[in-house]
Amino acid sequence: MLKSYLREQRTKKDILLMTHIVLGYPSFKESFRIVEEMVEAGVDIMELQIPFSEPIADGAVILKANQRSLAAGSTVEKCIAFAEKAIQTFNIPFLFMSYYNILFKYGVRQFAEVMAETGLKGAIVPDLPPEEGAEYIEAMADHKLAPIFIFTPTTSMERMKKIAGYADGFIYCVARRGVTGADTEFSLEFQKYLERCRSATDLPLALGFGVKEKSDIDFLRGKVDIAVVGTQTIRIVEKEGVDAVGGFIRGLRS
Amino acid sequence: MDNRGYYDGFGGAFIPEILVATFDELVDAYMDAKADSGFWREYEQIMSSYSCRPTPLTFAGNLTEHFGGAKIYIKREDLNHTGAHKANNVMGQGLLVKRMGKKRVIAETGAGQHGVATATMAARFGFNCTIYMGEVDVERQRPNVFWMERLGAEVIPVKEGTRILKDAINEAFRDWVTNMDTTHYVLGTACGPHPFPEMVTYFQSIIGKEARKQILELEGVLPKRVYACVGGGSNAMGIFSDFMDDPVELVGVEAGGEGLESSRHASRLSSKDASIGVAQGYKTYFLQDDDGQMKETHSIAAGLDYVGVSPILSHLKETGRVRFEAAMDHEVVDALSFTIRKEGLIPALESSHAFVQAFKEASELSGDDILIINQSGRGDKDIFTVADAFKDPGWEKFIIKKAEGYNA
Ligand SMILES: Cc1ncc(COP(=O)(O)O)c(C=O)c1O
Repeated sequence: MLKSYLREQRTKKDILLMTHIVLGYPSFKESFRIVEEMVEAGVDIMELQIPFSEPIADGAVILKANQRSLAAGSTVEKCIAFAEKAIQTFNIPFLFMSYYNILFKYGVRQFAEVMAETGLKGAIVPDLPPEEGAEYIEAMADHKLAPIFIFTPTTSMERMKKIAGYADGFIYCVARRGVTGADTEFSLEFQKYLERCRSATDLPLALGFGVKEKSDIDFLRGKVDIAVVGTQTIRIVEKEGVDAVGGFIRGLRS
Repeated sequence: MDNRGYYDGFGGAFIPEILVATFDELVDAYMDAKADSGFWREYEQIMSSYSCRPTPLTFAGNLTEHFGGAKIYIKREDLNHTGAHKANNVMGQGLLVKRMGKKRVIAETGAGQHGVATATMAARFGFNCTIYMGEVDVERQRPNVFWMERLGAEVIPVKEGTRILKDAINEAFRDWVTNMDTTHYVLGTACGPHPFPEMVTYFQSIIGKEARKQILELEGVLPKRVYACVGGGSNAMGIFSDFMDDPVELVGVEAGGEGLESSRHASRLSSKDASIGVAQGYKTYFLQDDDGQMKETHSIAAGLDYVGVSPILSHLKETGRVRFEAAMDHEVVDALSFTIRKEGLIPALESSHAFVQAFKEASELSGDDILIINQSGRGDKDIFTVADAFKDPGWEKFIIKKAEGYNA
């Protein structure tokens, strides 16, 4: 179970790292090398984004990565094959991240089934609120997969508790308003938000959106269980190449 | 949100968590307004004093005579301020924005009509305004960009994706998830997450309410058929909604582009190319591939060039209550040209799709039958596209001369 793995990792490390990549960007070959760099640098869990043509929760950098990947011929089948190879090669848990239409068109039950067969541990679907996700939640539970749901600074305490009731694995706390890729101000108000998240659930908490350097991770240590790094690694790959990823990841927790 | 706006499985509210509270607030404001008997009166009052409501129902005597069948009436949404039915939705949502106390509005636009309408509303109510418009549409609808900017709106050309309407919607959502505390997103059509399909239909239903009353006053009988073009579906839902319970056939006409076999079209309900999916916050028929990636669409009319369609219309297609047809680009230009010559009316390229289908069917019907065509907008904005389609030599010379003047 994802939850127990994360709890156990937390007994060894004071903060865990989850990284994100867009599959097939810049290419599947390079995606695989990025995963390799990340795992060797000690990443604890990874989300593999299946590209979608309309990624409304993503900012410019990840949006472009989605579009480039699709333009280069990425398909859902190729993404599943990629995940299978990554899971056989590396000993950390992998999640799928995508938009609901990808699951819906595949068939939600079939998608959960293929995830389980492939060895994925859960999924993040940012445009699927639990109210719309009855079939998904049931299918994920049937296959012992974790449906990761989201808290945000605009989510009331009452709603956080309700969402936590549907979630498994961990809760993904979005740091701020807006889309992926913009900076986050780690302020006192932000700290209060994290305290609210903490009191709403016993599940491990991950924090993402705007996490990009060591000082961010230092701030989050002790407040959440997992720091999520997304856009920044895409920027590093674009600017410095795949080989720079390992050093960047190691630097975050050193 | 307890009622999630489902129409027999179509619709819903597939929204990122960050927007849930904003949608709750919007649903509350909309339900309060609807329950307040003064609100609709205030809306009608502003539409009659600021726009041109009720818009006339014009008898098209020459077209009727030409086709020698049904009597043809035209509902004149082109006579609204800013020249299209978009004004109805925009002023209605503007009144809601005032109720919610927000100070900024954003909108997507395809043809530019909805953008211009939103910009006038923002100017009138004193809101800040940002309009997202695909780069391709900015190119083909420059005059509307000019007016939006004169009206004080910031126009942001969207360079992502297919660079048309759906991409502008995505960018507007990205703005909204960042600025929802101060900002309302004035969605321009009967699509998107609940409550937009219902709410936009509610404001646009003023078209059908008037048209039904007008035809009964003029002819004493209901029409046989009502025709409307279908982009997202707001003008169609607007004119259809008051005839829903009548024995009136409702016909929605989509963009057939270069033909349904060509894949260069935007026909979601009248072609076999679309399938049910979930994107941009709602479930409906989308033009998408087997993986669920949205396809490129094409229409000569920017306002119909969209991958999705109102979930309410998807539902009405399944029940058979509305019949859907497609009109091809060249048929649209012919119908437009013919209408201009015969009646001195200038429908928008979007609206001309509805004319195409009505012209195909008028002569099959008898002189006792009545057709109503919704002229959703006026065509002067399309002068560049239409002049190109007509290959007008005088216009071309004028443009070349004008360009030389700027280069001098
Ligand atoms: C004149 C006109 N008619 C129709 C449409 C299509 O929109 P809808 O289907 O929402 O009426 C547009 C959209 O821009 C338009 O400008």
